[in-house]
Amino acid sequence: MSENQAYLYLEDGTVIEGAGFGARTHRYGELVFSTSMNGYPESMTDPSYKGQVLIFTHPLIGNYGIPEMISENGILENFESEGIKTEGIVVSEATSGRRWNGKLTLDEWLRNEGIPGISGIDTRELTKRIREGGVLSCVISNAGKMDDPFTDLSRKYDTNTGLIGSVSIEKAIVYRGRSNKTIALVDLGVKHGILRNLLKSGYTLARLPHDCTADEIMSYDPVGVVYSNGPGNPNTMKVESDSLAAVLEYKLPVLGICLGHQLSIAALGGRITKMKYGHRAVNKAVVDMKTGRGYITTHNHGYACYTQDMPAGIEPWLVSPDDRVVEGIRQEKLLSVQFHPESRPGTNDTHFIFSEFEKMVRNGT
Amino acid sequence: MEHRKVLVIGSGAIKIAEAAEFDYSGSQALKALKEEGIETVLVNPNVATVQTSHIMADRIYMIPLVPEYIEKVIEKERPDGIFLGFGGQSALNAGVDLHSKGVLEKYNVKVLGTHLEGIEKALSRAEFKKAMEKIGLETPPSVNATGIDGAIKIAKTLEYPVILRVSFNLGGRGSIIAWNEDELVKGLDKAFAQSKTKEVLIEKHLRGWKEIEYEVVRDSLGNCAVTACIENLDPMGVHTGESVVVTPAQTLDNREYQEMRSAAIKVAECINLVGECNVQFALDPKSYRFYVIETNPRMSRSSALASKATGYPLAYVSAKLALGYKLHEVKNSVSKVTTAFFEPSLDYITIKMPRWDLEKFELASASIGTEMKSIGEVMSIGRNFEEAFQKSIRMLDIGEPGLTCGSVYNSGMKRNELEIALKEKRPYWFLYAAKWFKEGYPLEELFEILHVDRFFLGKIKNIVEAYEEYMKEDDPGMEKYTAMKKLGFSDHQLGNRRGHTEPFLKQIDTLAGEWPARTNYLYATYNGSADDKKSAENGNRLLVIGAGCFRIGVSVEFDWSAISLVESARKHFDSIALMNCNPETVSTDWDSASELYFEELSSESILSIYRKMRFSRIAIFASGQIGNNIAEELENGGAKLFGSSAKSIGGAEDRDRFATIVDRLGIKQPRWTSAKSISEIKKFIDEVGFPVLIRPSYILSGAAMKVANNAEEFERFMERAAVVSRRYPVVISKYFDSSVEAEMDCASDGKNVIGVSMQHIEEAGVHSGDSTIITPFFHEKGVKKKMNEAALSLAREMEIRGPFNIQFLIKDGDPYIIELNLRASRSMPFSSKSVGINMVDYGVKGITGRFDWSEFYEPDHKSYAAKSAQFSWSQIKGAYPLLGPEMRSTGEAASMGTSLNDALLKSWLSINPNRIPEKAILLYGSPGRKDVEDCARSLSDFDLLTLKGAEASNVEVKSAEEAIEAMREGEVGMLVTQDDMRSTDYSVRRTAADLNIPMVLNFRLAQTLAAAFKDRHISVKELREYW
Repeated sequence: MSENQAYLYLEDGTVIEGAGFGARTHRYGELVFSTSMNGYPESMTDPSYKGQVLIFTHPLIGNYGIPEMISENGILENFESEGIKTEGIVVSEATSGRRWNGKLTLDEWLRNEGIPGISGIDTRELTKRIREGGVLSCVISNAGKMDDPFTDLSRKYDTNTGLIGSVSIEKAIVYRGRSNKTIALVDLGVKHGILRNLLKSGYTLARLPHDCTADEIMSYDPVGVVYSNGPGNPNTMKVESDSLAAVLEYKLPVLGICLGHQLSIAALGGRITKMKYGHRAVNKAVVDMKTGRGYITTHNHGYACYTQDMPAGIEPWLVSPDDRVVEGIRQEKLLSVQFHPESRPGTNDTHFIFSEFEKMVRNGT
Repeated sequence: MEHRKVLVIGSGAIKIAEAAEFDYSGSQALKALKEEGIETVLVNPNVATVQTSHIMADRIYMIPLVPEYIEKVIEKERPDGIFLGFGGQSALNAGVDLHSKGVLEKYNVKVLGTHLEGIEKALSRAEFKKAMEKIGLETPPSVNATGIDGAIKIAKTLEYPVILRVSFNLGGRGSIIAWNEDELVKGLDKAFAQSKTKEVLIEKHLRGWKEIEYEVVRDSLGNCAVTACIENLDPMGVHTGESVVVTPAQTLDNREYQEMRSAAIKVAECINLVGECNVQFALDPKSYRFYVIETNPRMSRSSALASKATGYPLAYVSAKLALGYKLHEVKNSVSKVTTAFFEPSLDYITIKMPRWDLEKFELASASIGTEMKSIGEVMSIGRNFEEAFQKSIRMLDIGEPGLTCGSVYNSGMKRNELEIALKEKRPYWFLYAAKWFKEGYPLEELFEILHVDRFFLGKIKNIVEAYEEYMKEDDPGMEKYTAMKKLGFSDHQLGNRRGHTEPFLKQIDTLAGEWPARTNYLYATYNGSADDKKSAENGNRLLVIGAGCFRIGVSVEFDWSAISLVESARKHFDSIALMNCNPETVSTDWDSASELYFEELSSESILSIYRKMRFSRIAIFASGQIGNNIAEELENGGAKLFGSSAKSIGGAEDRDRFATIVDRLGIKQPRWTSAKSISEIKKFIDEVGFPVLIRPSYILSGAAMKVANNAEEFERFMERAAVVSRRYPVVISKYFDSSVEAEMDCASDGKNVIGVSMQHIEEAGVHSGDSTIITPFFHEKGVKKKMNEAALSLAREMEIRGPFNIQFLIKDGDPYIIELNLRASRSMPFSSKSVGINMVDYGVKGITGRFDWSEFYEPDHKSYAAKSAQFSWSQIKGAYPLLGPEMRSTGEAASMGTSLNDALLKSWLSINPNRIPEKAILLYGSPGRKDVEDCARSLSDFDLLTLKGAEASNVEVKSAEEAIEAMREGEVGMLVTQDDMRSTDYSVRRTAADLNIPMVLNFRLAQTLAAAFKDRHISVKELREYW
């Protein structure tokens, strides 16, 4: 592993030095942390991390290397998208593990993908700083000291524009199922885990670009519509919210996941706000406050709807017992969840969300 | 909740595979009950535990854990609920028995937590396998067998090697790898003998597979959280209690982790778990295939470890769930904001290592495997693998300064010798692995021998390479020095190439920094750039050092001392911190004191924390021998001791100095000399004659202390002692081999003394830790007066402040002093509880002020008390069961009584596998021993057998073969003998050990017991009723 000096510049003027690995380049992003202890290949290819530099709080990352990509009909089995989506990663130690199902080390993979990494960082201290001061813009560089890293740091990295476009698709892709009946999925940066789970139902899946209109969606004559996860601020996504509001008018079964959940709540009149430092973890409970039943789930979001900001007349279904984030709503035609039922990385405890949606689709047709 | 009074069953005496972790989990359960305002009744004869103090439980019964006694407690106390999940397998077994005898139903006692049906499903291997099949989980290919012939056939179809597993086992006992038919037949003998259900499972041995454990909590609604995943470095075939383990798992990808996690939840659902269980898996290292191995539907060693590793208080949460709470209704006691419904995320690495003391057991097999033999364990915390790994090696306190430059590393071992050591699975494989890399042998070949994941082997290699590289430099400089500290090297390892840098203190918060922690659970790391915890600027602050790794001679009794010390010192300090590294203990529970430093107990690390956090005082007297050994270094490093000074301690530890003081005070002691050369020793022996007691300074539990009966034994010992005690001279004294041994537990304020004196049933020559100890002291009054005077004059002369212990031999009406320990002692919980005081509490009073009496005071004995030693002969394969000056017991139990017989019988019956014999007693002794005959007379109510060549007269004689056969046939209920007669009876004693036949290895004990058997008077009273 190359041991070159690397730098992490934060918008408040802090410079943190470490050892560089991966590609020798620099990248701008929002500095966030994840407390997931493994599943780094899945996390790093999650398109919701677009525009973000990711700190792993677990100190050793890379222990089992990077597996060979397995793809079936264009859908990936062991990655969440075709390439690394994080702008960079920050770790305490980047290890050079390798094992039976892969050839690449973490370092080699980052190099191939042109993504910088920095190690030797007190990631706990950095995480505490974010916890206390909120997320920060940053630039990670392992191509030497930057002359003027702080100027325009936050302009160069802007959460409000352009992120979904860069991780969505240009043209619709149709995955044929056993049935000709079609579920339409609006790809805001969809994880392949979601595609896989939806296809299990046997329906045909039409994966559509993020900026498609309701008419375009309806042209597939869908039996249900899914709004996927994705990066960025939902309050700035005019096209997507409009299409979602229009789709809801058709009284079709709709499933919202993560960003899709936020757009759904916004469409119904709820308020979505930026969180201080978000939820990025695989260890969080969501609880049905009426029955007391709960599940451990995967989270990756920086925006949220808190219980007091719910649309009038709608009760949350699932809530985070720790901070009252609305984690799920269930209406006759709308099922939406803030967490990732497809997990990856994370627990398999909430795959049933897909079956619930399938039931809604079946009942609705 | 609706419960008023709950009965908690403890785990009894500490034995291999059932240790202090159940003191910790039981204590947490009691705490959880107390919070609810529920009255608690505890049944546990383990006198040395923290839980058998009234700070934890409301009512305590120290009685044997058998249904007939527990029923009496139930009848008297009328609890409405019972906790079975906090006292290990012993408590579960007791619960199953109470249920099957209808006791629970009769008194309407509800089992709280997981129901017995679920427990029984988990405990029977056959039923468990069936249940797993039903829910679609694979178990290793295996077939159930009930007879030898069937078993042989099955093994053939599965192909060797196979593992034999027995139901209702403990610590893997009766779990044996057979590589061929011969080994299979031998193993079956043993397995059937240990199986209550007489069934055995023959299983394909998964060579080289990984072993992974999950800890699951589940509430009555079915909500689950998997709070920890523990990865064993050692592959399948090495018991998890014998494995080095790391938490969180390091080499599992998301799919492996999550698929096994989901399976663990399915297992918990299948047994309808309410509370906590662990689930073990075997994982193919080259595919995604895995098997479910087993589940323990209770708190276990691994759940105690997981609690300490993650900060998630499993026993506490489990107790709350058993009371009906839902997971999200229980608070996360570390953050106090979030709930217990989450899965901890760790931003550090923890490593657990086991400690063995096999060299204390003569003829014991020195290889580790499917059966647990380790005595204790440590856990280290670091921000990288290397740091944690080297810390934990030091924590073991086996004389290794880290992975490098220890006894194996610096040895001249050749490749073939290393291969043999590794293939034989000698303890501490990593020391040989380090040497392997030092010599430059390839990793891949080591992997083929060990089957430890290459990732971990690579880390070990990394440590060795860094060390070799560093040592080549004459002046490496600060930057390189700091880099070495980050890899966990101690200053001792780096020798004169050291610099100076301080570690950072980080907090364990269960959530990887995502939420602020309200508790001070801390560790030190060089892999950081800032502290989580700043020192208080001022204030009177005490640092209490715990006893570290348990070993033979240091066990839960020192944890009792540490907790007692914290409790009594509270009023004298603004805050108290604990420092310890043993995950089994109550003292490493993060709310036992205001702060917990989970750290190694070397002077380097203690001093760095002492200075960094500006402590005012440090208490070392609850740390076993650890503190006494470094008292001087600590004082030289600027630490102020709370208690006797390093000078006083040195005066007692240095045998030469001590013997001089004793002579000066006119106290009698056996004739002694401090010898610096062999010729001096020989001259002394010529004068006094054999036997002599030879011992180096600074010892605990008689390590390297030996009685030499003749010149040959003497020569053999000197070879060994020379290695142990380079720095100190050897003290040699005349030894009285049939005198009575007595001891006193005391505390002093420097002028006055409180003491409780005790008498040993076994004569001198049996280590005090292995003896049966009774109070009150029965010897003539004059002797006791002389002992009290000796204690007083020693306390004054040596300026003793705090607790201490003195050991005496009684000969011709005179006490001869043999040892003074300036610290809390092994027997202190017993002596304290025998009279209803706390000696450590008096110790603290003596340090902080003056007693309110002058001279000597002994509290009244209103009842009798007896303490018996628990041995683990059956677990230590091959060991020759024998009592001697070297301690070999692993634990103890005690009882109080209205008579000596009452106390002794209950105490003896509290020891596993003791029971009053219903079959014949096999009694024999070395030819010419008169006391064999005395024993035969005392035990004449029983059928007696004796052994040819060592026979008692007028008793049916059996040859060794016949005696063994009789034992196998279940015709022998107890074995009574004494002395080392291994050439006559090795296989007889071993068979008794393997078959769990009670053994009494001392004639005096046998005779005293005979009276108790005759009397059979048993009182069942709450502890306080005896005071």
